[in-house]
Amino acid sequence: MAEISTTSNSGPARWLVVAVPYIWLLLFFAAPFLIILKISLSDTAIAMPPYTPVLDGLGSVGDFVSQLDLENYLFLAEDPLYIQSYLSSLQMAFISTLLLLLIGYPMALAMARAPSRWRPTLVMLVILPFWTSFLIRVYAWIGILKPEGLLTVFLQTIGLMGPDEQVQIYRTDIAVFIGIVYSYLPFMVLPLYSALEKMDATLLEAANDLGCPPMKAFWKITFPLSTPGVIAGSLICFIPITGEFVIPDLLGGPDTLMIGKTLWTEFFGNRDWPLASAVAVLLLLVLVVPIMIFQNQQQKAG
Amino acid sequence: MKSARFDPIVLTLGFAFLYIPIIILVIYSFNASRLVTVWGGFSLQWYAAMWSNEGLMDAAWVTARVGVLSASIGTVFGTMAALALVRYSRFPGRTIFSGMIYAPLVMPEVITGLSLLLLFVAVNVDRGFWTVTIAHTTFTMCYVAIVVQSRLLTFDRSLEEAALDLGCPPVKTFFKITLPLILPAVLAGWMLAFTLSLDDLVIASFTTGPGATTLPIKIYSQVRLGVTPEINAICTILIGLVTVSVVVASIASKRAELRRIRDEHVALRGTV
Amino acid sequence: MAKSLGPVKRKFEPWNDPNAQPFIRFENITKKYGDFTAVSNLSLDIYEREFFSLLGPSGCGKTTLMRMLAGFEDPTKGRILLQGNDISGVPPYRRPTNMMFQSYALFPHMTVEKNIAFGLEQDRLSKGEIEARVQEMLKLVKLEEFAKRKPGQLSGGQRQRVALARSLAKRPKVLLLDEPLGALDRKLREETQFELMDIQHTLGLTFLIVTHDQEEAMTVSDRIAVMDKGVIVQVDTPAEIYEAPNSRYVADFIGDINIMEGTVVSPAVDQGSQAVVTLDCNGLAVAVEQECAAIPGDRVAFAIRPEKVRISPDQPADASANAAQGEVWDIGYLGDFSIFLVSLSDGRIVRAAQANVSRLVDRPITFGDMVWLTWPKDAGLVLTR
Repeated sequence: MAEISTTSNSGPARWLVVAVPYIWLLLFFAAPFLIILKISLSDTAIAMPPYTPVLDGLGSVGDFVSQLDLENYLFLAEDPLYIQSYLSSLQMAFISTLLLLLIGYPMALAMARAPSRWRPTLVMLVILPFWTSFLIRVYAWIGILKPEGLLTVFLQTIGLMGPDEQVQIYRTDIAVFIGIVYSYLPFMVLPLYSALEKMDATLLEAANDLGCPPMKAFWKITFPLSTPGVIAGSLICFIPITGEFVIPDLLGGPDTLMIGKTLWTEFFGNRDWPLASAVAVLLLLVLVVPIMIFQNQQQKAG
Repeated sequence: MKSARFDPIVLTLGFAFLYIPIIILVIYSFNASRLVTVWGGFSLQWYAAMWSNEGLMDAAWVTARVGVLSASIGTVFGTMAALALVRYSRFPGRTIFSGMIYAPLVMPEVITGLSLLLLFVAVNVDRGFWTVTIAHTTFTMCYVAIVVQSRLLTFDRSLEEAALDLGCPPVKTFFKITLPLILPAVLAGWMLAFTLSLDDLVIASFTTGPGATTLPIKIYSQVRLGVTPEINAICTILIGLVTVSVVVASIASKRAELRRIRDEHVALRGTV
Repeated sequence: MAKSLGPVKRKFEPWNDPNAQPFIRFENITKKYGDFTAVSNLSLDIYEREFFSLLGPSGCGKTTLMRMLAGFEDPTKGRILLQGNDISGVPPYRRPTNMMFQSYALFPHMTVEKNIAFGLEQDRLSKGEIEARVQEMLKLVKLEEFAKRKPGQLSGGQRQRVALARSLAKRPKVLLLDEPLGALDRKLREETQFELMDIQHTLGLTFLIVTHDQEEAMTVSDRIAVMDKGVIVQVDTPAEIYEAPNSRYVADFIGDINIMEGTVVSPAVDQGSQAVVTLDCNGLAVAVEQECAAIPGDRVAFAIRPEKVRISPDQPADASANAAQGEVWDIGYLGDFSIFLVSLSDGRIVRAAQANVSRLVDRPITFGDMVWLTWPKDAGLVLTR
């Protein structure tokens, strides 16, 4: 409550601190969304920019608006490819998030229960891969998963596979799942860890003391108290995975359907900017609810 | 207490999963053989090849410039945004503002990239170095804002009040008291912003133009053609750079921590 | 710690001088945060060279009042005058007040010296002047050899003294102290209380202290304002606050006291030289020597401090004396004192304190004994609020 009047003395500086990032974000984050919305209602044209109508001058606003239509969206609705892309993206993101939780939770728990002097190092070890390039980490898996790659060599060496057999994972959905889980694991582990690490160890002692066996205590005490971390971690992974491009493109096969890849192809391959925009707008609509939940949670935490 | 037992097996497996692919990548960058799966002996030939690959080096130079510039602007803006979020509980459109800070953290990159591109086309700007820099500034400032925000939340406001009380005007107070104390978080924010910029493929692909090919774009186009040890070499150098700087930063902060503990000992002994 | 006691304190009570001008005047101050009223229409005068305490539980508005004087908060209504000048709208960095913060707020990245010099540097004093003043302050708080240390390398007591030196360095017209001793342990706190009084006396400054610790307020202050829910309940000297609280709230807040609800039987009528009120406290007749406007039938409270209640196994000889019979229900041994909890026939508990003047081997009075409690007419108080 003190902050209101303390800062009232610093008029211009205060104004600047809010205004500069605010205006920047309005210009380069909010405004582009309006443009994308507008272009998604336009028609493709062989020109630069490759869409019509182009707004020139205020006089033509009426004319301009009348040329906008929902044609691109109708096209998306009619072609099962796009609907399947959306559904398949959501499904892939959902399964990946579950896998991430299944792998990330035990890791976060083990970190939170490690001796306290190790914990900073463990946290650093989780963060370190995140600092190295996303692209590099995905690229590393190509060399491993390729049919003639290191996994095949390894399995052949230990005798689990005959010399003529090869691992057939590369360019399948399984490879995409591996890549996603690998790339997003730090994003899942860290929020879980920070939720679990805060927890008072005596809570479990109290539960045990009151006659609750350890497994039951986990589900009755530990897990419920870690739900903010579970929600945060899941959202931080789920939302960007839904729109993921690099991983399905590099590790997935021709039948891996993900909307980020579809958008990329429409844009760079077919140069259909209005359709790509419509794809993006719809993707945003699909994700708007999880994004709002995420923001709400962050604001509460902030 | 059985239930809270520390479990090293899970951690070992987890970290093995995280690190083995990277380690393999590094090892094979020193492979004399062109085949990724066959070890042909130790060699630095791919580093030499990388060094003489002008396209790759140009891209690295562009990436470094974009990274330093966008991380620096992003750090200034992000710190301002963090101050706005933590210090000013009421201003018009605060909800929208904080929404615009948090949304880019999870926004799929294809959407951010495409929308920025369409903005640049709409206002008829030539795409290139500056448009990539603007795009990177926009999303990295949000990460910086989050990092600095969490430091500001634990900042003892009475330090600033003490400075004001002793006659120091607000802006000067920020530079003499607040900034020096939040500097570690600001620097961490800068590093995060820099590596994010270094790392970005999707947004850069949308917003770049002729003559401003960044390293990830270059790597991506080569990777699409197949795995080559040359890429392993540049990846190894990038990993090495990042690892060294992160480790140095964390040792520095550990040193500071040790110094603090030692200071407290001095204080206890020196009690009058 | 050896120290000179300085000149003996002279009688100092400008608040009783009708010609004295207040140094600080709070005039009908109200402070609201949304719907919450932190300070409600409060007026208060503080005089030059006074050591003044704002005392009350957390959330009573005492800190808000102090922060309004420092300039960190603006009053919603009312104004604050310093030497007759309205200081509303003057930012904190231009006010001639300095504050010692509860957390000390020492700048962790600056040495002790730099911390103390900080305020002086803002005034653009010359280097020599700053240096001299810093040395003077270090000497005042006996920290000369710690000048080059950083706050992290100091003990709690040393930090407290750096904070004091820093806030005194600019020679403020008023020094504001927010729970200055709260973070110190008990023994250090008592020592420091006397040091503070000494410094205040030597420098001749006006000190305004905020505290929730009644002992601290009683020890250091010339006057105390007891606050509750944004209003001042009583402003008086420590002795007056203790001996003549004006309400149940103040009586209960300061020290230990027995409070019995009752009804006025006969109003204050002169009996010899003093007016005497008689009360009926649920069947117990009590006579109190006190000027009191209450009329028969008024609901009032009778309050008496435990150390003013005598406890004895024998019935008092004087039948007209204030007396009550009861059973010893519990005894608390406090070392210097023993507190007897005596249960009256209707279950009310009265506390009586007895100094342990000799080493206790056999207690003359023990659990379950029937005892008599007596007290003179001038020992207790009638509280109408």
